[in-house]
Amino acid sequence: MTQKWLGLRAALLSLALCGLVLGTWSLATSGSGAPVKMDPEYAKLMGATATHGKSAMPGPAEVGAKLWQHVKDPFYDKGTNDKGIGIQLAYSIARVGLGYLLAVAVAIPIGFLIGMSPLIGRALDPFIQVMKPISPLAWMPLALYTIKDSSISAIFVIFICSLWPMLINTAFGVANVRRDWLNVAKTLEMGPGRTAWRVILPAAAPTILTGMRISIGIAWLVIVAAEMLVGGTGIGYFVWNEWNNLSITNVIAAILFIGVVGMALDQLMAWLQRLVAYAD
Amino acid sequence: MTTAFISVQGLTRRFPDVSGRGELTVFEDLWFNVAEGEFACIIGHSGCGKSTILNILAGLDTPTDGHIITAGKHVEGPSLDRAVIFQGHALMPWLSALGNVELAVASRHPDWTRRRVREHAMKYLALVHLDGSEAKKPAQLSGGMKQRVGIARALAIEPRMLLMDEPFSALDALTRGALQDEVIAIRKATRKTVFMITHDVDEALLLADKILLMTNGPKAWIAEIVENTLPRERSRAELHKLPNYYPLRNHLIEFLVTRSREMAASSAPAPAELRSPPLVRPIATFAPYGAAASAPGPEAPVVATRLSAAHATAA
Repeated sequence: MTQKWLGLRAALLSLALCGLVLGTWSLATSGSGAPVKMDPEYAKLMGATATHGKSAMPGPAEVGAKLWQHVKDPFYDKGTNDKGIGIQLAYSIARVGLGYLLAVAVAIPIGFLIGMSPLIGRALDPFIQVMKPISPLAWMPLALYTIKDSSISAIFVIFICSLWPMLINTAFGVANVRRDWLNVAKTLEMGPGRTAWRVILPAAAPTILTGMRISIGIAWLVIVAAEMLVGGTGIGYFVWNEWNNLSITNVIAAILFIGVVGMALDQLMAWLQRLVAYAD
Repeated sequence: MTTAFISVQGLTRRFPDVSGRGELTVFEDLWFNVAEGEFACIIGHSGCGKSTILNILAGLDTPTDGHIITAGKHVEGPSLDRAVIFQGHALMPWLSALGNVELAVASRHPDWTRRRVREHAMKYLALVHLDGSEAKKPAQLSGGMKQRVGIARALAIEPRMLLMDEPFSALDALTRGALQDEVIAIRKATRKTVFMITHDVDEALLLADKILLMTNGPKAWIAEIVENTLPRERSRAELHKLPNYYPLRNHLIEFLVTRSREMAASSAPAPAELRSPPLVRPIATFAPYGAAASAPGPEAPVVATRLSAAHATAA
């Protein structure tokens, strides 16, 4: 009962906060200054920005209208610089998905190897330690030079930034599987393949999924920056393009969409995490 | 002496010590036999290497010297013929009770169909009275039920012997009693050879045919082998009423409290003596309580009869 009330009260508080933010935003951007004396013709040309000291920042109503416009028609395509936000997001999600899946395919087997073999773990450790802190965007020029394709370079950047958390978590999870469970596998004369598949993988799955969840978060952060650099398509490019158009309304709308998609990706991973979790 | 089913010959285990330079000898030159169908318990304080012996027997650890022969074969690693019941149940928490047993059955019989594996696993869950709880995960089971699943898993692979590492020590007294009854019933039905570690003197007296006493470590050895002189058919409720119960119990407790320490402080016996630890059969004398005033110590009516120090070992 108290739980239910807590939820309701939290929701009410969230709504109140939202109202407060929107209200402040609305107040701050509405022109309320004294009318400037100027030629009426000129004032008409300049609009409220000049005549009433209104900020160039759009208000919540304008952004809301823009958002609705995007939601209503997300998939239009009117040439290179005018595509629906749905298309742009789809490009970004596809790049993240590709780079991320490649990283999964590389990180999990190598993580297993590192976790199971202390020799390989120690041999690879210096490389991982040096490569891990490199900003993924630092790879961009090298990727552009060697791959010679901006779209694939963006995928490579996603790949490289998703790799490390998954690799490290997989290795950690595999190396810390309970000795008892491995002993059970041994006394049951399970081969290494069967032990890896039936014992180590399920035992390490929650740790691996934690790494995968961190990775998808980082990948979604990096894709925006990467697309600003490579251009052409994607939500990052859209943001930069709208900045060049000086359409702050579109920039704010895009920021909100980026947040919503990021949250959805994170929730997807959280759901997978719950799927493999076990109570000990 | 029947032929030895488990024959431990000159077993020695040393570990690198804390500094990493020297070696720590856990035990040295252990010899003993367990006959087929026999229930052997090993008792000793922590650190005497009981678990190490069991691990070597299970094939999970290798001895520094000496070897173990089971069923005519040299122990060279784990085997499905030697099932282990672990102290901490060691169930896979992501699998149901049934899934845990099925994993074992499928390892024993890779060629079986899914259905046959399931039926076989269910049969053994029913044996430990867990039919109805097969879909539950270990986290949803009580401590006693978890250990029952562990027993079902061990029995389901139909091993030639069971190795139990203090299987009931983490359980409360009531649950432990129920599981001991379970073990008695299963033993009666299957006549499996069992090697079990325990801290509990009463548990050893209830379950075991013979009890190996180990001195304190390091450099532990088998001080003596106590034959359980209680009748084969015994129950928990009646145990303390059996005539030989107190002599046996006092003998074991006295060993654990004083002699295991005193013996460890003295030098180890000669190799020839280690090869055949003395066999002891504590039995009640006919003298009633008060008449034994001349006997030393609190364990007045006890007579420890040393039979033969030279009981045969398998060649």
